[in-house]
Amino acid sequence: MTIFLHELRQSRISIIIWTVSIAFMMGICVLIYPQMGDQMDEIGAVFAQMGGFSQAFGMDRLNFGEFLGFFSIECGNMLGLGGAFFAALCGISALSKEEREHTAEFLLTHPISRARVVTEKLLAAVTGVLILNVVIIAVIAVTMLAVGVIADINILALLFSAYFIMQLEILAVTFALSAFLRRGGIGLGLGLAAIFYFLNIISNLIENTEFIKYITPFGYTEGADIISSKSIDGGYLMVGLIITAAAVCIAYIKYTKKDIA
Amino acid sequence: MNIISAENLTKFYGKSRGIVDVNLAVGKGDIFGFIGPNGAGKSTTIRTLLGLIAPSSGKAEIFGKDIKTNKLEILSNVGFLPSETMFYSGMRVSEILKLSANLHRKDCTAEAKSLCERLSLDPTRKIDELSLGNRKKVGIVCALQHKPSLYILDEPTSGLDPLMQREFYSLLIERNNDGATVFLSSHILSEVQKYCKHAAVIRDGNILVNDSVEKLGQTGAKRVILHGVNKVPELDGQKILSVTDNSVEFLYSGDIRQLTNLLASLPLTDFTVTEPDLEEIFMHYYTKEGAAHDDFSA
Repeated sequence: MTIFLHELRQSRISIIIWTVSIAFMMGICVLIYPQMGDQMDEIGAVFAQMGGFSQAFGMDRLNFGEFLGFFSIECGNMLGLGGAFFAALCGISALSKEEREHTAEFLLTHPISRARVVTEKLLAAVTGVLILNVVIIAVIAVTMLAVGVIADINILALLFSAYFIMQLEILAVTFALSAFLRRGGIGLGLGLAAIFYFLNIISNLIENTEFIKYITPFGYTEGADIISSKSIDGGYLMVGLIITAAAVCIAYIKYTKKDIA
Repeated sequence: MNIISAENLTKFYGKSRGIVDVNLAVGKGDIFGFIGPNGAGKSTTIRTLLGLIAPSSGKAEIFGKDIKTNKLEILSNVGFLPSETMFYSGMRVSEILKLSANLHRKDCTAEAKSLCERLSLDPTRKIDELSLGNRKKVGIVCALQHKPSLYILDEPTSGLDPLMQREFYSLLIERNNDGATVFLSSHILSEVQKYCKHAAVIRDGNILVNDSVEKLGQTGAKRVILHGVNKVPELDGQKILSVTDNSVEFLYSGDIRQLTNLLASLPLTDFTVTEPDLEEIFMHYYTKEGAAHDDFSA
């Protein structure tokens, strides 16, 4: 597990910064919720009547007076978008950074197979995303207890699971791209995560574009759907898992045959 | 048994040439110099041997094992020094050395300490603070600390000061005396002449000559300097090196009687006839012009 530990060590500062930033913002949201509680019904009503904007974020179908409604919009966007960006950053640089920083010659002339390099780097990136999510869940749990907010644990678990799986899918897709890249790629990774995010918003806004939700992993993280159906959409999720598995396979196939610059 | 052998090893990057039909044989215990100008294919050959790039055709073996199918087994017994030694930023020298040892699954602590002392390398320094030469030393320790039986070194002394170059070669000779084989690429012909037993010259992706350094030096050519003349006399088998107001210098590989007859007829004030050094011979192979004059090839 030498490369796994080395990778985690190399990315520790990035993991800490992203985790602390997202956890801090989400924690603050939960902490201020009770003070906003009285006004929440009014705010919710206003939010629900903002036409396209409400539709875009699913706010027309959520009850802001309830914690879960508030949480899935406010916190969901932070963990959704923030987590997606973090996953994209981890994935896009995982393999390409060795060539970008000219360390590939050092690493790959040691007696370690390319497949093993891919495996350990992928595990390290997944571990980074896992740490981010576990810390955030812990911070949310503590802040909820601190302000005495009660919510359906099962639905919270579904929301967190959906965000985590979405981040893994983005990680896998950007990781596969990383196997093809020799330089940079950070813009590509972040851009891809942003495109996925906006594709979901477009799908919410425009009728008869539900098929887009099969493409973007944000399709199965829609808070309004998860809360109302008390489940993650199986169709969107299945496509997401297939894309994830395919991306990982592509990364292995490409990197094990790649000419290292 | 050959430690390295390559048969018609060829690599094309798309349509652009890397190496073409490279044939090499490096015997056990050899110190083999691989010489060529920039872009000749030295690094491509080395990278192919190490499995960083896949050959387009041909095959190669190290320790008698195919480089494709036995890559890990081969790499566990090879010490490689790249021409540009780059490491992970933010790490200390000791951490890099430990990482390399861990990837070899060996405890190299004692050997790393001894090598760092000999090369005057402070293992507590951060990689980012190191000069080019000191980074090279880190690469050298990484290549040597696990005591492999084959060293593949791509321009090993570039960036090292002369004292360190000497220390580096004394380390290599010690390892060679213990039975290890050394394959090094270099621009510096004097060091190849001084330390290598065999050498090959590569140009435009093709191996031009491959022989013992001693034989490469015995081309039959003489280096002739004539004083008191400013025009080059016409001779067969001649390669002009320089012409000044009062002297001419050329390599001559023709009939020696033709040369002596000519010398007798010229108004010379002085002349010298010496063996050409390896550098002059290799410079001949380096230049395109040299391809037309096969008189000097070994």
